[in-house]
This record gives sequence, structure tokens and C-alpha cells, in this order.
Amino acid sequence: MTSLRVEDVGNKWLPSKVSLEVAAGECVVISGPSGIGKSLLLRAIADLDEHQGKLSLGDTSYIDMPAIEWRKQVGLLTADSAWWADSVAEHMPKMPLEQLTALGFTKEVMKWSVDRLSTGEKQRLSILRVLANQPSILLLDEPTANLDAENVKKVETLLLNYCRHKPAGLIWVSHDAEQAQRIADRRYRFESQGLVEVAA
Amino acid sequence: MNMISLSALDLSIAALLVLVLAVLGLKLQLGVSRQLMIAAIRTTVQLLLIGYILKFLFENVHLGYMLMISIIMLLFAGREVMSRQTNPYKGLWGFGMGTISMFLSTFMVTLLALTVIINNDPWYTPQYAIPLLGMMLGNTMTGIALGLERLTQAAREQRKNIEARLMLGHSGQQAIMSIRRQSMRYGMIPIINSMAAAGLVSLPGMMTGQILAGSPPLEAVKYQILIMFLIAAGTGFGTVIAVVLGSRRLFDDRERLRLDRLRQ
Repeated sequence: MTSLRVEDVGNKWLPSKVSLEVAAGECVVISGPSGIGKSLLLRAIADLDEHQGKLSLGDTSYIDMPAIEWRKQVGLLTADSAWWADSVAEHMPKMPLEQLTALGFTKEVMKWSVDRLSTGEKQRLSILRVLANQPSILLLDEPTANLDAENVKKVETLLLNYCRHKPAGLIWVSHDAEQAQRIADRRYRFESQGLVEVAA
Repeated sequence: MNMISLSALDLSIAALLVLVLAVLGLKLQLGVSRQLMIAAIRTTVQLLLIGYILKFLFENVHLGYMLMISIIMLLFAGREVMSRQTNPYKGLWGFGMGTISMFLSTFMVTLLALTVIINNDPWYTPQYAIPLLGMMLGNTMTGIALGLERLTQAAREQRKNIEARLMLGHSGQQAIMSIRRQSMRYGMIPIINSMAAAGLVSLPGMMTGQILAGSPPLEAVKYQILIMFLIAAGTGFGTVIAVVLGSRRLFDDRERLRLDRLRQ
């Protein structure tokens, strides 16, 4: 069980330094005005942008871990997924059938070409793609933004199940207040002076 | 067969053609007449200058002079590679990577050709060494410039795809692998095309020059084949080295894509 510690992480794109701790099995929701830098904060935590401050998983600082290993452990899911090869199968290993069906796919989906996927299908498949790494922490940038109500439900259930059973820590960026109510163990607003905890 | 020496009058007749073209350009408002005239004057002055330098070098055969001229040629080629990039690498890197790759490939191949294949005495006889190195540098420069241009532009266009792979824990080199291959291919295409078309579509410049200067065609052909092979090797190795160096420079030690290392 590994928790994520974010201490005074900042860079030139973020409005302020950010500190945050997320335990395994916990779901933290971050909301805030658009353009404030929520996505950039997640990028910094995934060590994808240069930043100051400390990041650690359990007792291990990110510096002591190869960047590749860090990003397998701290999986980042962006709002719009990118696909670099022709078929779905080239982007992820064989997925367990229960995960595929949990998001409404059959095992045939692996043979599909990426071109014929809808935005929503891409979104759901990119969730399975990042779960394949079995990350200890998931950074989710509006994972349900492009989905209909039924699929929002499926994705929430799948991700929260993963969170509780792995157990893994989730940092979930969401604009939807009702969703935040449903899923959050703790809630923050990201504002220009930093993260502000929202009373439950 | 003796070479027919060109007189000033001969060149003036050819120059007159360029002048007529410039006047036509003015009439048609093409806006290139000024550029055309400047380029024509530059070619005259630059070639005359190199003519005098070659004359001096041919009369004073010395390894030191040869090294000096080679390095000057190399540096100019390095600058040319940089200036052909839409988004060159910042700092000394852009100049340095092209120059190092060219040095490694062209100098090694030229050295091999001069010492083992042509084997003149001394091996650095300028009549052979300078034109050979010049042709190697000219072609390798094009290959490297094309390869790096493709690499940096594709990295900019496919930033999202590359970063998607980084996010999943792929290394930078893994994430840019297909772009890297494509860029290497791009750099090699011109020489492959010119080898394939040689003799059918175009008579290569060097061979044409030798024939005009009175060499027996088959001798000229043998030299041209040699040059083609050397250029192919030099361009190929140079492009591979430059693209490998360039793709490494696009990522830092934390495997982040660093497009900020390119000039915008």
C-alpha cells in the first residue's frame, strides 16, 4: 500500500506551489476554474513537466526511481486520449474480460482499428490502457467528460473498484459537483493561491 | 583531347542570358530579378575566390593547409544544416550535432577513399581531396538537414502521441521510434533516388565536368560510381548519427519530451 506525497510542487505554469497527500484506497477530487492549471498540476505530478518540489511514493522519492517506473506507478489519464498505432491491440496488452465488459466492450474490441472508435470509446479504452499498468496512483483528468450518463456510471464504478481493491490512490479532476459528491473521500478547489480543502 | 578554355567573352554571353531573364522578370513583375542578379554576382565572386584558393592549395601541397580548408568547409556545412531547419535546436546543439555527424561520416569515408581506394602520393593531394570532400559534405549536409527537419517537425506535430506513450511508462526513445526511423529514411531518399536515376534521367555533375574537361567517358563513369557509393555511405551514416543525437536531445534525463529545446 503506497501513498503519494506531493510537497511544494510548482513550476512556471502553475499559479502556486501545491502540497497534497493521497493514501492508497482514497479518492481525492479536485475542481476549480478552467485554465487555472489542474491538468498542468497532474502533468507535474506525473513528472511529465519540469517542476520544483518533492514527489514521493511511500518512502521512495521520485528522483530515486527511473522516470519510466514512476509513470507506470503514477498513471496519468488525460481528457483527450492519443492513439499512435493502427489497431487497439497495439496500444495495450491483453485485457481481462471482466474489465472489458465492465466498460461495455467485448474481447473483439482489441482487433478494432483506432480510426473507427468514437470519442467516447477512445475515452473508455484509454482508461483500460492505463489500468493495464496496475498503477498505485491514478491521476484522472476529467475521465468522464465525453461520456453519456450510463457510461459515466460504469467508469465511476470501475475506477472506484480499482481504488478500493488494489488499493490505489486516485486524484480525480472533475467539473461536475454531483459527481464529486458521489465519488470523493476528500475534495479540494484549485485556486490561484493553491489547493483549498472543501468541507464535506 | 584538350580542354577548351573559356574566355571572358564566352562567360559574358552566358551572363547576357541571365540579364535577359532578369529584364523579363521585371516586365512580368515576378519580384525575383534583384535576387537573381545578386545570386549571379555571388556565384561569380564565390567561385572565383575558391578558384584562387584551390590554385594556391594546388601549388602549395601541405597537410596543414588541407586540414584548415577541410575544417572551414565542415563549419560552413554545419551552419547550412542549421539554417535549413524550421525549428533548429537552441544553443550550440543545432550547430554541434550536425557538424559532429558530418565530421564522423564524411571525414571517415573521405579518408578511407583517399588512403585506400585512390591511394595517391601524398594521399591528401588537393586535386582529389578537396572535390571529394566537397561532394561528400554537400550531399551529407542535405541528408542530415532533411533527417533533422523531419525529426523535429514530426515531434512537434505528434507531441500528443509521444506524450501519451510517456504517460504509460514508455521511454522517450521508444515513444519516438517510428518517427526516428522515418527521419532516417527521409535523409537517405535523395541519394537513393539519384543513384537509381543516374545515367537514365540525369548525367551526374561530376562526370559531366570530367567529360567536358576531356576525360574518356569510361574513366569518368568509374569515378562517378565511386563517388555515388561514397556519398551514399557518407549520407547514410551521417543521417543515422544526426537523427540518433537529435532524438536523444528531444528528451531529458526524466524522459520528458523537451520541445522547448527547439527554437520556436
